[in-house]
Amino acid sequence: MYEVRIHGRGGQGAVLAGSILATAMVHEGHYVVAVPSFGFERRGAPVTSFLRMDSREIRQMTNIYRPDCVLCIDPTVGRAVNIFDGIRDNSTWVQATARPLAELQFPGQVATVGLCDAVTIAREIFGRSITNTLMLGAFARTTGLVSLDSLREALRDSEFRDAGLEQNLRALERGHAATIVHHIDRRAAA
Amino acid sequence: MNAVVKPRPRAIVCDGNEAAAWAVTLAHVDMVAVYPITPQSSLVEYLAKFVADGRLNAEIVDVEGEHSVLSVLHGGALAGARTYTGTCGPGLAFMFEPYLRTPGLRLPIVMSIVTRDTLTPQSVWGGHQDAMSVRETGWIQLYCESVQEVLDTTIMAYRIAEHRGVMLPVNVCHDGNYLSYGATRVELPEPADVDAFLPPPAVHWHAALDPERPMGVDPLTGGAGGPGPAMFVRYRKGHCAAMQHALGIIAEVHEDWARLIGRRHAALVEAYRMEDAESALVTIGSMSGAAKDAVDQARARGERVGLVRVKTYRPFPVAALIEALGDASRIGVVDRSVSFGWNCGPLYQDVIAALHSARRRPATQSFIGGLAGADLTTDHFGRVIELVGALPDDSGLGAVIWLNEQDR
Repeated sequence: MYEVRIHGRGGQGAVLAGSILATAMVHEGHYVVAVPSFGFERRGAPVTSFLRMDSREIRQMTNIYRPDCVLCIDPTVGRAVNIFDGIRDNSTWVQATARPLAELQFPGQVATVGLCDAVTIAREIFGRSITNTLMLGAFARTTGLVSLDSLREALRDSEFRDAGLEQNLRALERGHAATIVHHIDRRAAA
Repeated sequence: MNAVVKPRPRAIVCDGNEAAAWAVTLAHVDMVAVYPITPQSSLVEYLAKFVADGRLNAEIVDVEGEHSVLSVLHGGALAGARTYTGTCGPGLAFMFEPYLRTPGLRLPIVMSIVTRDTLTPQSVWGGHQDAMSVRETGWIQLYCESVQEVLDTTIMAYRIAEHRGVMLPVNVCHDGNYLSYGATRVELPEPADVDAFLPPPAVHWHAALDPERPMGVDPLTGGAGGPGPAMFVRYRKGHCAAMQHALGIIAEVHEDWARLIGRRHAALVEAYRMEDAESALVTIGSMSGAAKDAVDQARARGERVGLVRVKTYRPFPVAALIEALGDASRIGVVDRSVSFGWNCGPLYQDVIAALHSARRRPATQSFIGGLAGADLTTDHFGRVIELVGALPDDSGLGAVIWLNEQDR
């Protein structure tokens, strides 16, 4: 079982991202469960959603407390909530940010980091900071757990409230292409 | 070269609300009345979309409140239509008067309860308190564990409701939030297979709105004089008999579903790893998945623990439950709602009553968790298993253990 926790802010599409990712993974023959966290949805407020993937049926319809991967689609939500809470050893962190790795702080459990300047690209494509599909591209690039083709298929099956399919397909590609992946060697750092 | 190969079932990703809407579509429901309120709001939004897309040929009646929702469906059902609605929490409370009438009229209406905790304190999140509060009103209540089960059960509910030996409304309960908005891989049954499973509405015309056959619907009964008690008692006895008869029909319908559609769900109760179990958990609804994973972890440690999930809650499957519990000598019942009258969970109350009727007296404990959207995880169930394993032999109705008491 592989567990992903998605962090974002209301209006960026963190919940929809979970659903698109789930659809892409099912397209590749996996079992998935995507559970949104429940609150009053407000633009700008921290939002979390949870996704489990496995090769067999998943029975837990619960939130995720020990993620294998944190996918954070907002550059500043990490100041409001501890996005690394409970993160597992040798885990993956995919972050929307314009800053380089050296300026970022993250716990020792993180072994792989994928960084993508999603807000800048989103402003070019959408005219505003809708980062969810961009960061799905970043997730695919960083983890290799889902193909761009499957994500494209899943986007075609989705309904978007704030933008069109073509813009989102472009965002997916750009997010994938613009992501820089770092493998953290703790021994070298020590 | 031209061999007909049955295609693999179409797998989609959807949440429980969309799954229920797919079921209503596959069941060729004629009439849907709506007044959506969260967490069931997206359910009727999906239905409205399916009708707009031409996928579902039903009349959607957008009324001014839940009391009218169910009253409108009474009219539809009395005219022979296959009818559907969904509700929860305050909506269920507001439809209470026609809700009480529905089973007495013996109308085969299927209604999802997307379960939600009741007010007050103020909350909009999941819990079973709404559905549990109407457990003694004579509706059949089925509780689902998974999104797939929501889809399958909502279709099966029509076969059960319309059966001549039942003729009762059915609530298909799916947990607000965790099942209503939790999305999973779901297999859509082939429409032709569903058509073979579920024929057009079986209408028995015991009561009808039909100008060709005018009749009094719901005449005055009871009282010490006048129409007298006998007729009223006959209604009540017939209703009770139909509830008991439904136990067999629910099992039969689930068996037919397995045969025709190829997916088997436990009909009354599901026994999970109960062979040689000394301790048993009794669960209901979506919590059961995490509980089963906790049982697997305990079994891997060599502990003799199993689980019984109650799917059919009303009528209460006393014999099936006792059989499933086997020789377990320690039983922990986990409720997602409260019985204020007994200071325990309502399912716990049913379980100890069933055990008493079978002259069995294992150690028991009531656990309450998952109220108002609280999560029930494998860690919670790990703790339940530990506590149940350590129950003193004479444990019974005593202090409730509140599972989320320390969760923030």
